[in-house]
Amino acid sequence: MEFAFTEEQVMIFDTADAFLSEVSTAPAIREAMQTDLGYDSKVWERLCQEMYWQAILIPEEHDGLGLGFVELVGILERMGMRLFNAPFADTAAVITALLKWGSDEQQAEYFGRLMAGESATIAVIDRAREWSTDAVTATATSTDSGYELSGTYRFVSHGHSADMLLVAARVPGSEGSQGVGLFLVDANAEGVSRKRVPTMDQTRPLAELTLDKVQVATTASLGCPGNAGEALTQLVDVLSIFVAADQLGGAQASLDMTVDYLQERVQFGRTIASFQAVKHKCADMMLKVEASRSIVYYAACAIDEWVQGRYDAAQLAEAASMTKAYCSDTFFFVAGCGIQLFGGVGITEEYDIQLYFKRAKSTETFLGAGAEHRERIAQMLLAGEC
Amino acid sequence: MKLSFSAEDEQFRQEVADWLAANLCGEFEPIRFRGGPGDEHSFVAERKAWEQKLAEGGWTAIGWPKEFGGRGCSIEQQVIFNEEYARAGGPGRMGHIGETLVGPTLIAYGTAEQKEKYLPGILAGKDLWCQGYSEPSAGSDLANVKTKAQFDEGAQQWVLNGQKVWTSLAHESQFCFVVARTDPASIGQKGLGFFLVDMDQPGVTIRPIVQLTGTSEFNEVFFDNAVCGAGDIVGEPGDGWRVAMALLGFERGVSTLGQQMLFQSELDEVVKITKENGAANDPAIRQRLADAHIGLRIMRYNSMRMMSGGEDGSLQKEAMIYKLYWASWHRNLGKLAMDVLGPESELLVDAPYELNRLQSLFLFTRADTIYGGTNQIQRNLIAERALGMPREPRGTA
Repeated sequence: MEFAFTEEQVMIFDTADAFLSEVSTAPAIREAMQTDLGYDSKVWERLCQEMYWQAILIPEEHDGLGLGFVELVGILERMGMRLFNAPFADTAAVITALLKWGSDEQQAEYFGRLMAGESATIAVIDRAREWSTDAVTATATSTDSGYELSGTYRFVSHGHSADMLLVAARVPGSEGSQGVGLFLVDANAEGVSRKRVPTMDQTRPLAELTLDKVQVATTASLGCPGNAGEALTQLVDVLSIFVAADQLGGAQASLDMTVDYLQERVQFGRTIASFQAVKHKCADMMLKVEASRSIVYYAACAIDEWVQGRYDAAQLAEAASMTKAYCSDTFFFVAGCGIQLFGGVGITEEYDIQLYFKRAKSTETFLGAGAEHRERIAQMLLAGEC
Repeated sequence: MKLSFSAEDEQFRQEVADWLAANLCGEFEPIRFRGGPGDEHSFVAERKAWEQKLAEGGWTAIGWPKEFGGRGCSIEQQVIFNEEYARAGGPGRMGHIGETLVGPTLIAYGTAEQKEKYLPGILAGKDLWCQGYSEPSAGSDLANVKTKAQFDEGAQQWVLNGQKVWTSLAHESQFCFVVARTDPASIGQKGLGFFLVDMDQPGVTIRPIVQLTGTSEFNEVFFDNAVCGAGDIVGEPGDGWRVAMALLGFERGVSTLGQQMLFQSELDEVVKITKENGAANDPAIRQRLADAHIGLRIMRYNSMRMMSGGEDGSLQKEAMIYKLYWASWHRNLGKLAMDVLGPESELLVDAPYELNRLQSLFLFTRADTIYGGTNQIQRNLIAERALGMPREPRGTA
């Protein structure tokens, strides 16, 4: 048991800070969010080819770096701090799925493509509030050579641009977690149509996908076809932790920029940072940010344990729901207080705090808000599962 | 950063568990799970005996360096000891103030004579200590202490006069560490001294404070020409504030895990009642229960970060939020416990005022957000020290 970063991790994080402070500036974010792609493809190239961030989780035998989830989460936290805009977390979730359930052949094929710069994302639900196996409506029908996939997916992060899709689909007529499979689909495959939908938070593009009789081979199925309901739940749990790391970074940045502003703004002949009502609010904000940091890094370790088979699905679920619940609430609280403390300028387009506020809400509802995750914890707690 | 323990540490875990299984039984059976916060008045004699039993096994002060009689245990091993101690139902420690506060302070700042005089009694589980910081006019404004310490050249000893308040376990303790003013003309943090005072002397009077629980964990302590030796001041006259603050730094160490184990057992009881009495059907209660669970787990990882941080006693951000975080969490748990019980929460165990454990929790946790720096003072400290915001102006009164 150890709860400090190694020297190597600190070095990785310092490098990440330097790179992101160069590429993810306020003007760069604003420019990228107006583009069709939603992010800067040149920065993505550098991320893959100079920084090797796509290689972090990929094992050394596949020419990756073979690092763990603490390193990954540390980078995600820093991306959140700077509202970084790219399908990095989504791609990392697909890489995690391949690590956990991919066959040797699947790993060899897809890891290579991902390291070469392809992006990936996951598509789960259509019209539902919860990212659960119950909500999967797309169908996967067996064919002579594999599966035929049909259905509509909404709320797919970077779904309009990702090169690779990991989609959930069920055996026609099945219900609940039964009959659910996970399938790797080329985004350019025949029958795939997709469009970006306008969103309140413009730093995180969402898309709608339609699969119309898309043909995939048997080898496109990840894990046990028709029996991947548990895998899907675990995959959503992993991505929830990644999103929570982004929220932690966003909350930290919101706090920092708010305190900086309060130290400069003078009213009644003194900086408004000197008012106790303001100080106490900032103290509450910092408490939640630091508490978020503690649970995010626990959750990063929990994914490591789970990938290596030392944590079971329930332990991962608990870690994910604790983390997503707490960090969602923290980011929204801190960004909301931030706008209030900025005063009038807080509600202008010009100041960045509003971008954080919007990202707080979009990351909160994505993969389940605090109340849903707390209900899940309550169920586990009352059933003696945690 | 990793969650698993080494094979060596797991072996240590077994050693601790075996010893507790073999010793926390028989005459000590009744004190299992007793003596926590709000229950500190229970089984005092038995728990004092238990301290000495722990000492015989070498399980007091396990984190102290070996040269001072400790085990020199790593942080991981101290975590393991606390976990196993709680699992076995180890009673609330009586010697914790000496072991976790006085010992480390003397090891860091004490003279060779002070170490020789005071550390063995703490290690043996015989000498209990209490804390003489707060005074009627020095609560949140701790530096406003009025208790005076004057050196008597003839008798070569310090003479103390004044009053301390909110002194836990004063009536059970052999010694008290006292912050007192050595320079009568000084104000604030300057001109203070840090003294080691024997409680068993005519100049010391203890008066219990009856609290809203009907029990008396806290006391008033009066010094009326109380004395301590020339060698019983830690640091020089005028160093008192620095030593007093360093001691508080040690409060945020491994002992916090023992506290969390007690919190866990309280939360477990609340969960159990929720399942039994139908409160589990209330969505609002379910949310709060989950929140409490998440909050306690976060507290654990806050501590882990805190303990893995710098060993120079400097406070990282996670350490600065620690008091505000746990006190607020615990107070909320007390309220949740009552809300889970519903109208049952009103009914006492017995007249005249015997509270059950959760009622004590509810009432006593109102003190948590006050002592050791109120939530409001904690927020000032966080804003000023961690966020670099301007300090509160001092009044002139």
